[in-house]
Formats: sequence, structure tokens, C-alpha cells
Amino acid sequence: MKAVHVIEGRGVPLERSDVDTDQIIPSDWLKRVERTGFGRGLFSEWRDEPSFILNNPDYAGATVLVSGPRFGTGSSREHAVWALMDYGFEAIIAPSFGDIFKNNSSKQGLVIAQLAPADVDDLNGFLRDDPATLIIVDVEKASVEVPAHNWQRTFALDPITRERLLNGWDDIGLSLRHEGEITAFESRTSSPTLRGLFDANGHVAR
Amino acid sequence: MGQTLYEKIWQSHLVTAPEGEAALLYIDLHLVHEVTSPQAFDGLRINGRRVRRPDRTLATADHNVPTTPLSEPVTDPISRRQLEALEENCAEFGITVFPRGHENQGIVHVIGPELGVTQPGMTIVCGDSHTSTHGAFGSLAFGIGTSEVEHVLATQTLPQQKAKTMAVVVDGPAPAGVTAKDIALAIVKTLGTGGGAGSVIEYRGQAIRDLSMEGRMTVCNMSIEAGARAGLVAVDETTIDYLRGRPGVPQGDDFEAAAAQWRTLVSDDDATFDTVITINAADLAPFLTWGTNPAQVVALNGAVPSPEDFADEDSRAAAERSLTYMGLTPGTPIRDIPVDVVFIGSCTNSRIEDLRAAAAVATGQQVASSVRALVVPGSHRVKAQAEAEGLDRIFTAAGFEWREPGCSMCLGMNPDQLTAGQRSASTSNRNFEGRQGRGGRTHLVSPAVAAATAIHGRFATPDEVLA
Repeated sequence: MKAVHVIEGRGVPLERSDVDTDQIIPSDWLKRVERTGFGRGLFSEWRDEPSFILNNPDYAGATVLVSGPRFGTGSSREHAVWALMDYGFEAIIAPSFGDIFKNNSSKQGLVIAQLAPADVDDLNGFLRDDPATLIIVDVEKASVEVPAHNWQRTFALDPITRERLLNGWDDIGLSLRHEGEITAFESRTSSPTLRGLFDANGHVAR
Repeated sequence: MGQTLYEKIWQSHLVTAPEGEAALLYIDLHLVHEVTSPQAFDGLRINGRRVRRPDRTLATADHNVPTTPLSEPVTDPISRRQLEALEENCAEFGITVFPRGHENQGIVHVIGPELGVTQPGMTIVCGDSHTSTHGAFGSLAFGIGTSEVEHVLATQTLPQQKAKTMAVVVDGPAPAGVTAKDIALAIVKTLGTGGGAGSVIEYRGQAIRDLSMEGRMTVCNMSIEAGARAGLVAVDETTIDYLRGRPGVPQGDDFEAAAAQWRTLVSDDDATFDTVITINAADLAPFLTWGTNPAQVVALNGAVPSPEDFADEDSRAAAERSLTYMGLTPGTPIRDIPVDVVFIGSCTNSRIEDLRAAAAVATGQQVASSVRALVVPGSHRVKAQAEAEGLDRIFTAAGFEWREPGCSMCLGMNPDQLTAGQRSASTSNRNFEGRQGRGGRTHLVSPAVAAATAIHGRFATPDEVLA
């Protein structure tokens, strides 16, 4: 993945709670075998409502999405992260997130900033008043800043995720550095394998 | 100090825990399906990587498959392409795969247990959030995204941070008429959709111990609906009796030796959990969801709630939105609400015991003329077993459709979908907006309630049919 240091951009106040991954990218989009092009499917059912905030031209081009609590709950579909990033979002701010979504985001370099509900309310207020408000999300400092309001908050970012974001590290490459230890583990584990259970056509053979 | 079951499994699968890096956890079994894997296989090809352990990887088609007769083709070209891609990828990388129509094919979380490849003490992952189902066997099982699918294919490990431990104790015996699904819905209601975030739940207490393996799978399945990635139940004789004789487990004396080791897979008496939540089983009743998130739960005997019933502003706003989407008026008795579609199936409730429970209600009855009712067995093995018991004939005589196995209307990736405004009683796990089809309105229920509802054309409990 690409390294991420600082995201500077405008924000969209979604102001909804329990935005599950079925809303972020409906299942009809999951039939595709590619990893790109999911931006068109982002919030596709909500985008049919003219009043939906992403249809408001004042918020066009925003790179920071601000949501209510429990963003990204439900299905494990990483397509949700691909859709958000393909649409142009680089950071999501909310009071809480689904665990799998948070994990998937960290693999793609989508920055997840968890702030207190009152702080999210502040941001919503700034963005409602002026859609052009600049938001700065700094990975190094694990902070969210709104210079126009002299407003700054920090968010919890575990040091491992932080390093991976800043360096753009590939997780598989990191793990394969421990190949010797993986092999050693495999030589001592007694956990059963599927060897010999099925024949070449998948029928039970034993 | 003693260890919880989660801590025991964690410790026995730790490959390495280097300073400044996430711990690396070994994965015993990786289940694969067509939707979340194609991009992972592409990643392997781009980087010239192989599948490290094809003998710890098993694939099946489930999300996309139509449930129409096998003689009919897959008509959606994009679905067909994805199903073909799974077969091609498995052939290329040497992975056993069960394509549409194969005798072992079915929903990934149904086939693992029924083949006996899901075993106590294992770490099991799959690119599907309902992987928590396998925790019913005292294994650590959780859903992952496609990047992690690629990671496991390449390394057979995952970088993991240790979760917090939570005990959910369902204390005392469940009252008559209360099923595993009602217990699951009560737990999600109690914890909320985010209550289990960051935790692995161990389900404990008499009402859990009294459940069959099918029932425990239903409860563990919906752990993710409470925000937890994994839920588990300690091993006991119910676990061992279920596994005995299944194809994937050792046979004869070897089985008894394995079982002796499995019996140690329980939390120690002096283990402590970070959080303990106790639910009094006597308070449970048949439940359903009324809204658009799975914590919006009410008793069948109750009425549609009002936004004012909720203390915090987020829940009130969510309730208002949900009521509008669901087309419901506060105060309406649940049993007065008519339904258009009944769906019995999904990784939550499509096992033989679920079908038996629904068939017991449907015997000699007729589905209301206003209702379309589908029964979708979880796998070909479940389907064959049900047909051997004559359940298919009970369903078809009563006017239910008896279909081929797959995920089906749980998420509507195949042609089994609700149309806008249609209301379903569904034995699946998610009532999200549009989950079963754009504009569709989903109420989650148990198989027995689903069958009774199909017959009455409105929400009903089995006692209204059987009386």
C-alpha cells in the first residue's frame, strides 16, 4: 500500500449511526472479481435520494468522511474500503467503528480516526456551517485539526498500525520475514490437516 | 491464575510475538468462498506467491449460487464469472473446492461443521463475518477481509492483537418455546451492535449448555451482530457427540484420544474475563427485530416501539429512520403485522434441526395465500438428510418452496430477493436496509416463528398453529 502521512481536505458530515457495510457497498457490487471501480457503488442506495449529503455539490471533492457511531459494522467485505477510497475518501472520523472494517482499512491505508461523540458533533457543526472548512488528519501526530477554528484533537492509533501507515508496509512481506518461525511452528503443531480427506474431485476419500 | 478458553487457543497458536510488531497467529483452517477471494488470488499471482498450505484450505461456492434446480444455468453473467473464477483459482493453487451442485457444497459455515473439519481448539478464518459460527466447537473462528484472505493464503498466519475477553452468561433454563435464535437476538439486544467490539465472547450458562450444536452455532453466528469478531462455547459431551463419526475427525480409538484432549478446551474455573454480562434465561421469549439494525429487538407478544422509548439521541434518531424505512407505526401489535415473504435458510438457521423445527410447525398446514415461503437448506448434505426424513414433502405439501442450497435471500446476491416495500420474516442474521433486496423490509425470526408466520400471513408463534 501507499504510505500515508497527512491528509488535508474538506469533510462531509454523514450524521448517521450504524452505517453498516451493506449500506457502504450493497451486495450486488460484490459479484465483481476486480479490486477497482467500486466508487460508483458507494452508498448507492442512499445516493438515489436527492437530499443525501453526497449529492450536495457543496461537499464535492471531500476527502474526509465524518460519521455517527458504529461505522462499518456487519459484513467483512473489504469492498467497503475499496469503495470509500475509490470515491476519494482518505480518512473516516467517527465515535466508533466495526472491528473488521477497521482492520481492512489499515491494510489499504484508509485512515480511521476515532473521536469522542462531542468532538464529532463539533466537526459536524463546522462542516454544516462551512462545507469548505479544511480538516487536517495527521498520522504521525495521530491528530485531527481544524485550523479555521483553532481546534485540535488526538485519536488513539496503535504504534504498529501507525508505523505501517507511515511506511506503507505490505503485511504479507512483514510476516514472511518470520518464515523460519512459521516453519518451526508447523513442525510442532498437531492440529489436523485435510490431507487425504478428499479425492481429486472433492469426494470424501477416507 | 487460570486461563480462559480464548487465552488457551491464543497461546497454543502463537508463532511469534516480536517486539514492536503484532503477534503472528497460526491459522489451522482457512475456508474460502467465491465473493471475497478472487482479488486475493490475483494478489498472489501479481506477487508470484503460492498458497502455503492447500491442505489447510477448503473452498465452496455459496453466496452467488442460484437456488433453482441444478439443471438450470446460472443466468447472471457476473455471478457466473465469479463462480468460475473460484474453480479456476482453486485448480491453479491446488485447493479442494465444492462447486455448485457438488455433494459437499453448501454455505461455508454449514459444511465445515458437518464434514467434521471444524474441530475444537482450532483457529479458523474465512472472508466472511459469520465465521464466528465455528466457535460453537470451542474453536477461535473469525471473519477477515480480502487482504487478510491473501495473507493467510500466502503465510497461513495472521498478525493479530489480542482481544479482550467477555463472558455472556445466559443463566438458568430457557422457557419452553424459546429457541437458540431468540437467545441470540436477546444477546444482541442486550449488548447493542457495538457492545462486543474488541472482544471475543464466551457464551456460558445453563441455557447455552442445554443447546444442541446447531443451537450453539446459531448463537455464535450472531456474535458479529453484537460487534464481536468471535464467539465461542466450551467443549462438552454435546460437542463430542456431534463430531463422532464425521468424515474429518479421527475414527475409532483415535477419536477417543482426540476427544480426551478436546475436553480440556474449557475456561479454567479461576479464569477471569474482562467483562461479564448476565442474562436471565427466564426473561426470554420468542423475539424478532422490528428495525434496520439487529439490536432493534422486541418480543412477538409486544408492539412496535416508539422513538421516545429510547434514552439516547443516537438511538432515537436511528429508531425514527428505521420506522420510516420499515413502514411501521409505533404501538402496532407485532402479531397484527402482515408479511409478504418468509425465508427459512442462511448460515444462522439452515441446519437439519432448524428445518425439523419449521417442519414440525408446517405439518398439515397451509402457507397463507398472500405469502411466498422459501426453504433453502444450508448444504446438499442437509438437503439430503431432510429429504430422507420426509421434511421436503411436509414443506411442499404446505405450500413452501423447497430449493437448492446456498446463502440465498440472506443477502440477495442471487436472484432470491425482496422487491421494494416487501416485508419478510427471515431466519437470517441481518435486517440492514436493502440487505435482502433494494427497499426490502426484513424481520429476523427463528425457524419456528418463520413457519408459523408463513401459515398465518402475519407474525405468529408456533402455539397459534399447533393449538
